[in-house]
Amino acid sequence: MTKSFTEMTPALKRRHAAETRFQWLGRLAILLAIGFLVIMVASIAFIGVGALRQTHVALDVFLDPAEIDSSKLKNADYDGLVKASLRKKFPEITKRREKRKLYGLVSSDAGYTLRERVRNTPDLIGQTQKFWFLMSDDVDLFIKSAAPPDANEQGRRISNKELAWIDAFRSTGDIETRFNSRFFTSGDSREPELAGILSALVGSAFSLVVCFALSFPVGILAAIYLEEFSPRNRWSDLIEVNINNLAAVPSIVFGLLGLAVLLNTFGLPRSSPLVGGIVLALMTLPTIIIASRAALRAVPPSIREAALGLGASRIQATFHHVAPLALPGMLTGAIVGMARALGETAPLLMIGMVAFIVDVPKSVVEPATALPVQIFLWADSPERAFLEKTCAAIIVLLAFLVLMNLAAILMRRKFERRF
Amino acid sequence: MLRSKSLFTVAILSAGALTAVSNAAVARDQIKIVGSSTVFPFATTVAERFGKSTDFKAPVVESTGSGGGLKLFCAGVGDAHPDITNASRRIKKSEVEKCAKNGIKDIVEVKIGYDGIVLANSRKSKRMELTLRDIFLALAKDVPDGDGKTKPNPYKTWKQVNADLPDVKIEVMGPPPTSGTRDAFVELAMEGGCKSFDWIKALKKSDKKSYKALCHRIREDGAFVEAGENDNLIVQKLNANPSAFGVFGFSFLDQNSDTVQGSKISGVAPEFELIADGSYPVSRSLFFYVKKENIGSTPGIKEFLAEFASNKAWGPEGYLADKGLIPMSDQERKEWSMKVENLQNLSM
Repeated sequence: MTKSFTEMTPALKRRHAAETRFQWLGRLAILLAIGFLVIMVASIAFIGVGALRQTHVALDVFLDPAEIDSSKLKNADYDGLVKASLRKKFPEITKRREKRKLYGLVSSDAGYTLRERVRNTPDLIGQTQKFWFLMSDDVDLFIKSAAPPDANEQGRRISNKELAWIDAFRSTGDIETRFNSRFFTSGDSREPELAGILSALVGSAFSLVVCFALSFPVGILAAIYLEEFSPRNRWSDLIEVNINNLAAVPSIVFGLLGLAVLLNTFGLPRSSPLVGGIVLALMTLPTIIIASRAALRAVPPSIREAALGLGASRIQATFHHVAPLALPGMLTGAIVGMARALGETAPLLMIGMVAFIVDVPKSVVEPATALPVQIFLWADSPERAFLEKTCAAIIVLLAFLVLMNLAAILMRRKFERRF
Repeated sequence: MLRSKSLFTVAILSAGALTAVSNAAVARDQIKIVGSSTVFPFATTVAERFGKSTDFKAPVVESTGSGGGLKLFCAGVGDAHPDITNASRRIKKSEVEKCAKNGIKDIVEVKIGYDGIVLANSRKSKRMELTLRDIFLALAKDVPDGDGKTKPNPYKTWKQVNADLPDVKIEVMGPPPTSGTRDAFVELAMEGGCKSFDWIKALKKSDKKSYKALCHRIREDGAFVEAGENDNLIVQKLNANPSAFGVFGFSFLDQNSDTVQGSKISGVAPEFELIADGSYPVSRSLFFYVKKENIGSTPGIKEFLAEFASNKAWGPEGYLADKGLIPMSDQERKEWSMKVENLQNLSM
């Protein structure tokens, strides 16, 4: 008798083997998924980290009083002053074409940088002062790559002449790479070295605020009504089926709805985070309603019954006892929905938020873009240096998604009650 | 539980308050531009500089494609509709009529320069020298069979098309039919090669429809791959596959000249000067259109036009040339800047 229990029969052996096999397959699947994730994030981060540093060059600029009219500081030819200082540094360059190349070492922003400095301290006029300017995107990429230049001049973006000039600057310590704070403090630009994500970030934030402000109250009120008050009949079944279907509707459809109804019928401003937020709210509503209903259902009926038993009305039982207990679950649903909205581009395409916008928006009715849209626009730009900007922006977007999901988890941990 | 209850109320109240705040609308104080994705890099560059150097806000530029842009542009007058639309082709008569129907009677046309379309491959392979006829024979859906009829394109390698070309499989990546670059490529390169057969040229007069069908249709058997609107993607794929060719705008060739090279077409290389003087055969004009009715209501349109039509922007040494725009000749620039200054109405 004991023998038949301890000794493995072939059938039992097979069953055990099947289990081990399944477990290993499962582990392999997880490993594979993690592997792909790591490869993806690491390769993006590897390229994107370059965008955090930026090359600057020091030039001695003579702020010629003949050129700068102190009563009209804004209109002087600051570009010309920068160019003059480059010419002074390399007096041997006389050909027009070469001069153009030389001016191209420095970012086109140099004149504006100089203008701001002079406007802040007009006393500098008449002096020769050392200023740090951004270098142009190609030079910046070359210096940051730190690789020895390709032997063949055709095979690189920097010509031999430019190399010689860069070396001249380097030998006097006039080239530095610094942390690129501009990436986080300025809006979009056509020049990769000037482009930043602030306007997209603010646009995303405005859209999400509008989205939350609309979808959260509407969503949880709808969920509370459907779960606690509505009678169960054919109508409520129909509504339920429709909400579940809406959750699966492709997001571009909501964009078309926004174009047809919000822009064309109501005449709301195109490209504005207000419209973007409303469209995203429509998209997240079903998610929030479904999550909130699940949270309400998870509250034990005893709570509800106890409240009713002590004489509370149904609305008191719901709002004093059931809803507060379900709130953590509702908030989690809302945040997960918001995180999805943050990564959405398709609906924004239809309502004009895929646009080049330099100024940081100050309100929800000013034109704005969103983070994923900014990534899309940069990925589509011909300039090579936008690649690292694209990757850096992806990392920022991922960081926000992780933060939002983390917030959802923390909130659930803190407020959740188990029974 | 009290705490979570107040949290609940606060969440609902703040949400409601935010909705109320967001309802106030403001009048538009910046220019809105829509239109071609080819003109987009140039329009945005001017917009950015304009915003920096004047007291006006930088215009908002949307990339909607030439056709989509004109549709939005012609939808009406006033704040809700764009002031300017970019186009990588000329406005069509039907579009002018549609504009007129919606109250847009005065349109200013501005030609900004040229764009070359290149057929490029990786620097790892040899540079090709093609004629328009080679391009047509390699990429058309139907090709002439030698005695006045057509047959489905049988060519698999470039050598079969033209014995002087290398024995390499025909593999070309290009934009989808929705793209303006594709339209221009078909009209200039394909049709140009198509017309080089005398009987097809005669067909144009007798049967325009079948002429177009023959000259404009690109093969669908896998030799021409529609690689999407993203030209950067095509450039990357060329690096990975040295035997493939890509079709894209000159600015992408210009920015990636260290990894890809443009094929010579009819003996002319796609170089800045050669496109500018018109000797490179596959180039097109770029335009934008301004709604005169909006000039009074949207601030800064006149100043923006002046910035665009200045030599430091669209001139041969201007900043748009750095971005890959092929400038017009001095004479042409003079004519167009006169038109801009006088806000001369479009004449078809």
